[in-house]
Amino acid sequence: MKASIGGYARAESVPHALSLLGEADGVGRILAGGQSLIAALNLGVSAGDMLVDITGIETLRGATLDGDRLVIGALTRHGDIARDPLIAEHAPLLAAAAPLIAHDAIRNRGTIGGSLAHADPAAEYPACVLALDATLVLEGPAGRREVAAEDFFLGLFETARADEEILTAILIPCARPGDRHVIREAARRAGDYALAGLAVVRREGRHRIGAFGLDDRPVLCAGAMAKWDAGDVDGMIAALAKDIDPPSDTQASASYRRHLAGVLLRRIAAELGEAQ
Amino acid sequence: MTIRFEDPNRPNSYIGRTVPRPNAGKLVAGRGRYVDDIVLPRMVHVAFVRSPHPHARIGAIETGAALAEKGVLKVFTGKDLAEICTPWEGKLAHLQGMKTPPQHPLAVERACWVGEPVVAVVGRTRAEAEAGAALVEIDFEPLPAVTDIRTALDKGTPVLHEALGDNLCFRKSNEAGEVDRVFAEAPRVVEATFKTARHTGVTLEPRVIITDWNGADGQLTAHVSNQAPHMLQVLLAGHLDIPESRVHVICGDVGGSFGLKVHVYPDEVATAAIAKIMGRPVKFASDRVEAFTSDIHARDHEATGRIALDENGMILGFDVDDWTGIGPYSIYPRTSAVEGLQVTNLIGGPYAFDHYRCRTSVVFQNKGICAQYRAVGHPVAVAITEGLVDKAAAEMGIDPIEIRRRNLIADDDYPKTTAAGLKLEGLSHHKSLDSLIEAMDYEGLRAEQKDLREKGVHRGIGIASFIELTNPSPFMYGIGGARISAQDGCTVRMDPDGSVVALTGVTEQGQGTEAIMAQIVAEAVGVSPDLVRVVTGDTRVTPFGGGTWASRGAGIGGEAALQAGRAVRQQALEVAAAMLQAKAGDLDVRDGIIVDARSGEERLTLAEVGRIVYFRGDTLPKGLPRELMQTRHFITSDYPYAFTNGVQASYVEVDTDTGFVKLLKHWCVEDCGRIINPLLVDEQIRGGIVQGIGAALFEEVCYDASGQMLNGTMADYLVPMSAEMPDMVIRHVETPTAESALGAKGAGEAGTAGAPAAIMNAINDAIRPLGGTVTHMPFTPERILRALGTITD
Ligand SMILES: Cc1cc2nc3c(=O)[nH]c(=O)nc-3n(C[C@H](O)[C@H](O)[C@H](O)COP(=O)(O)OP(=O)(O)OC[C@H]3O[C@@H](n4cnc5c(N)ncnc54)[C@H](O)[C@@H]3O)c2cc1C
Repeated sequence: MKASIGGYARAESVPHALSLLGEADGVGRILAGGQSLIAALNLGVSAGDMLVDITGIETLRGATLDGDRLVIGALTRHGDIARDPLIAEHAPLLAAAAPLIAHDAIRNRGTIGGSLAHADPAAEYPACVLALDATLVLEGPAGRREVAAEDFFLGLFETARADEEILTAILIPCARPGDRHVIREAARRAGDYALAGLAVVRREGRHRIGAFGLDDRPVLCAGAMAKWDAGDVDGMIAALAKDIDPPSDTQASASYRRHLAGVLLRRIAAELGEAQ
Repeated sequence: MTIRFEDPNRPNSYIGRTVPRPNAGKLVAGRGRYVDDIVLPRMVHVAFVRSPHPHARIGAIETGAALAEKGVLKVFTGKDLAEICTPWEGKLAHLQGMKTPPQHPLAVERACWVGEPVVAVVGRTRAEAEAGAALVEIDFEPLPAVTDIRTALDKGTPVLHEALGDNLCFRKSNEAGEVDRVFAEAPRVVEATFKTARHTGVTLEPRVIITDWNGADGQLTAHVSNQAPHMLQVLLAGHLDIPESRVHVICGDVGGSFGLKVHVYPDEVATAAIAKIMGRPVKFASDRVEAFTSDIHARDHEATGRIALDENGMILGFDVDDWTGIGPYSIYPRTSAVEGLQVTNLIGGPYAFDHYRCRTSVVFQNKGICAQYRAVGHPVAVAITEGLVDKAAAEMGIDPIEIRRRNLIADDDYPKTTAAGLKLEGLSHHKSLDSLIEAMDYEGLRAEQKDLREKGVHRGIGIASFIELTNPSPFMYGIGGARISAQDGCTVRMDPDGSVVALTGVTEQGQGTEAIMAQIVAEAVGVSPDLVRVVTGDTRVTPFGGGTWASRGAGIGGEAALQAGRAVRQQALEVAAAMLQAKAGDLDVRDGIIVDARSGEERLTLAEVGRIVYFRGDTLPKGLPRELMQTRHFITSDYPYAFTNGVQASYVEVDTDTGFVKLLKHWCVEDCGRIINPLLVDEQIRGGIVQGIGAALFEEVCYDASGQMLNGTMADYLVPMSAEMPDMVIRHVETPTAESALGAKGAGEAGTAGAPAAIMNAINDAIRPLGGTVTHMPFTPERILRALGTITD
C-alpha cells in the first residue's frame, strides 16, 4: 500500500516542534527514526497524519551525565546506545538491550524515544526502563514534566504521554559498583521481536524485573521481585507466572510464553549466582 | 561429436567450471531492469479490492464514490471483465475425474478466499487507484467456509462449489504388489502421521505486470515477472480472444520465482483485460500484503503413513494416505493436483521394495490457491518416507545409516522401474551416502552426541535420502492438453566481430540460467564465455520454449544450446576451410581462433571469418552457405523424467527447556548428472536447503477455523534468515544422463526436497530419548515442548 500522509514539516527545535504539533489540529504526529511509524503508514494503519520530523533537533541526541543520573536524549539511536561508552558504564542494561533490537539498518535509524513512545509490549527498552527505575521527560505546550517509567506505560501502545507532548529525554539512576544488569530474551530469529524477554537489575540485594512480550504492555513483575528479594527462587518463578498475562498469537500460545518466561528468569537467576 | 568432459584440459573447457555470472554485476550495481522499472507513455495503475471474507456471495457493488475520487479513471467488476475475458479451468485431461469450476479474473458471483480480487480500480497513480479502491462498497453476504482438510468430504461439511457435488478436486491411488497382505503379515509395521505447513514463495520481487494493448495493430504486449513467457502468451491470447501471434510477452529481469511465477493469476489476467478495454498500458504491482493473500501457497498436506519391514530391517512396502487442501480453485494451467500426484509417485523413491500404495485426496477449501512451488511434492514425500524409515530404525534399534544402506537401491541396479512406477535411468544412492558419511564424520558426530548427552546437551543427527524429478517430458503437462512446452530451443548466432548471441527459450529468475547458457555456448562454439551474450524471456525473439521450471533449464535448454553452438561452430569451420583451402575436419575453434586441430597452430580468427561472411561474401566460393546462425531444439524421449538423487544430513541442538532448535551444520551430497558450473550448483543446493529449513522451522501461512488469514506480513510470516542458517557442506557425485550429449539433469530443487526431512529426523534424534517426536511442520519451539510434554494446556 502507498502511505497516505497529510503533510510533513521538519522541526528545528523542541519549541518549534511543539508549535508545529499545535498547528496540526490534532493530526500531528512526531516522526523520529520512522522504524515503527513508516511501517504503520505503509500498512494503512494510520492515514492523513501531519508528520513533524524531529530528527534534526540535535539537542535531543546523545547521552550525558547529570550528577548520579544518566540523561539519554530521545533521539539517541539504538546503534549509538549499543556503542556509547557512557551508556555501557552507567546503564549497561541498555547497552546489552540495543543489539537485541532488529537489525543494523533499523538500529541505525530507530531511536530510544521512538521506542518508548511507541510502547510496543514486545520491545526491549520499555521493559529496561522499568527495571532501571528510570524517569521519562515530556515537554508540551504546558511545559516540562517528569513521569516515572512505572507510571508511563498504560496499555497496548498506550502511554501517559499526551498527543501534543514530546518525549525529550530519559533519566536513569547510574549503575553503582556491584549492581548487576541482565537482559535475556527468546526470539525465533535474530532481530525479531522476542516471544518473551526479561530485563533484570539487581541493586544491593533488591531486584527489579521488567518483562516484555509477556503482556499487553511492559510489566514490572512485583510479585516475582518480592520473592527474589526474599531469596525464594521457586516462589519467584511461580509469582512471575501471575505477574504476567501473555498474549497468544500465531507464533506461540500464552502458556508457552509463560513457561518461557520462567525458563528465562531461572537462567538469569543462575547467571546472578542464585542456587537453583 | 563428443566432448571429452572427463578431460579438464580439453580446449574451451568451460562446461564444468565456475565462471562468473554475466548478469551479476548489472544486478548488484542496481542496473537490472525489472518490470517495476518500466514506465510507458500513458501508463495507468490498477489496484484491486480483495475479498475480506473466506467465502461470500457478492451482492450490489457501489462504485460511485470511487469513480468520483480524484485521479480514478475506471472501475471494473467481475461482470465487466467477464464480457471480454473467458474463464479458465485448471484441469489436465490425463488426471481422470478432476473437477474445478470456471475461474474469472475478478470474482463474479462469489468470493472464495480472503484476498480474491473482486473489483479493479484504475487510477493515474497506484496511490490514487488505492484511494479509489478504499471507497468501493461491496455488499458481501458471508457463506459458510470449508477450511479443514480431513473433514472436507464429510457429510456435514458444506460444499464449496455446489455444481461440483462435493469438495473433492481430485483423488488418485498408486498401487503395486499386495499391500494388505504384506502389512498384515510383516514382522514390523511402523505408522506415523505427518503435516507439512501451508507456505508460500516470498520472492524478493513480488509479482508485477504491465500490459499494453495497441488497438492500431491489434497487439497486446505484456512485460511481466514470470518464468514461462510462451505459456503466458498462449493463454492470454486464448482468454482475451487475440491471435497468439499478436501477443508479445517479455520477461526481463525477474527477482526470484521458485514456481510462484509460473501460474496464471486472476489479477494479472484482469490487468491485461483492462489494458485491452482502456487501450493504454496498465500496471499492476503486487505489494507484500497482497502477495501473502494472492500468490500461490503450497504444501498444505496431512498424511498417515505406514512402512512394513522384515526382521532384518528390509523394507517390504509403504502405505500412505495423503490429503491436501488446495484452496477454492485448481491453479491454471498446471492444476493443483500435481503436488499430491507427486507424493503418490515419490514415496519410498530411494528404496528397493515391492509393495506400494499411496493415495492422495485433493480437496477444496476457502483459503488461498495452492500450486507448484519449488520441489513440488518432494519435501512432503521425503518427509513421510524418511520419517517412517527413521522411526522404524529407532524402534528396531538399527542405526539410521545402516537401515538406509540395507534398503537403498543398489548403484548397479539400473535402469530400474520402482514399485511406484518411476523409470530410473541411473542413480548413485550408495556412493552419495558414502561421501556424506565421510564429509560429516558420522562416527565422530555420534561420539560427540553421546558425550554431550551425558552433560544434558541434546543434539541430533538426521539423514534424508531423496530422489528429485527433473527434465520433464510432455508426460507432465502436454499429455493432459496443456499448451506448456516440454521441448526447448536455442538459437546461436555469430556476429562479424566473432562474438556470439544465444537466444534461449529457458528463462532466468536469478538462478544463473544465463551464466550456464553462456558457458555451454562458449564451449560449443569455441569462444570465451564473455563473448557470449544471452537473450531470454522474449516471445518474439527466442525459440518457442517452456521457460524454466521443474529443474529443466540446464538439462533441456542446455542441450539445445550445446547443439546449436556446435552447429554454428561447424558453419564457421566450413567457411574457414574454404578460406584456408583446408578440410573443415582438420580445423578446430579454440578461444575464438581457427586452429589446425592436430598441431594447434593458429590459422584465422573467428572475427576474420565474420568479416568475410558478412562483408566480403564475394570472396567465398559460390554455393557455400555463408550463415553463422543455427537453431536447435531438444526434448527427452527415453525417460519421462530424469531423476536425480542425493542425501542430506542435519546436525541440531535442541534446548529442551525452551524448545528452540539450533542448526549446527548441514550436509548435502547430490547427483545432478553433468555439473556445468560447480558454484551455481552449490548455490542452488544451498538456497534450496534454506527454503527447506524455512519449511521445517519457520514458514507457515496461518488461517483460523473460519478461513481468515492470521499472518500476512514479513513480521509474522517467518522466512529463514542468514543468522539462523548453519554452515553447509555440499558435495557431488556425477552420473550424467545418456539422453543428451551434455548429460545434465536438474539441480534446482534437491536442496528443498531433502532438507525438511533431514531436520525433522535430527530433531527427533535429539528428543526421542526424552520421549518425544515431532512430525508437524514447522517445528516451532512450542510444538517441540508439547511433544516433550513440557506444556500440556
Ligand atoms: C524489521 C523491524 C524489526 C524490529 N524489531 C524490533 C525489536 O526486536 N525490538 C524493538 O524494540 N523494536 C523493534 N523494531 C522497532 C524499532 O525499534 C523502532 O525503531 C522503534 O520502535 C521506534 O523508534 P523510531 O525512532 O523509529 O520511532 P518512529 O517510528 O519515528 O515513531 C514511533 C512512534 O513514536 C512516536 N514518537 C517517536 N519519537 C517520539 C518522541 N520523541 N516523543 C513522542 N513521540 C514520539 C511517533 O509519533 C510514532 O507514533 C523493529 C522495527 C522493524 C522495522
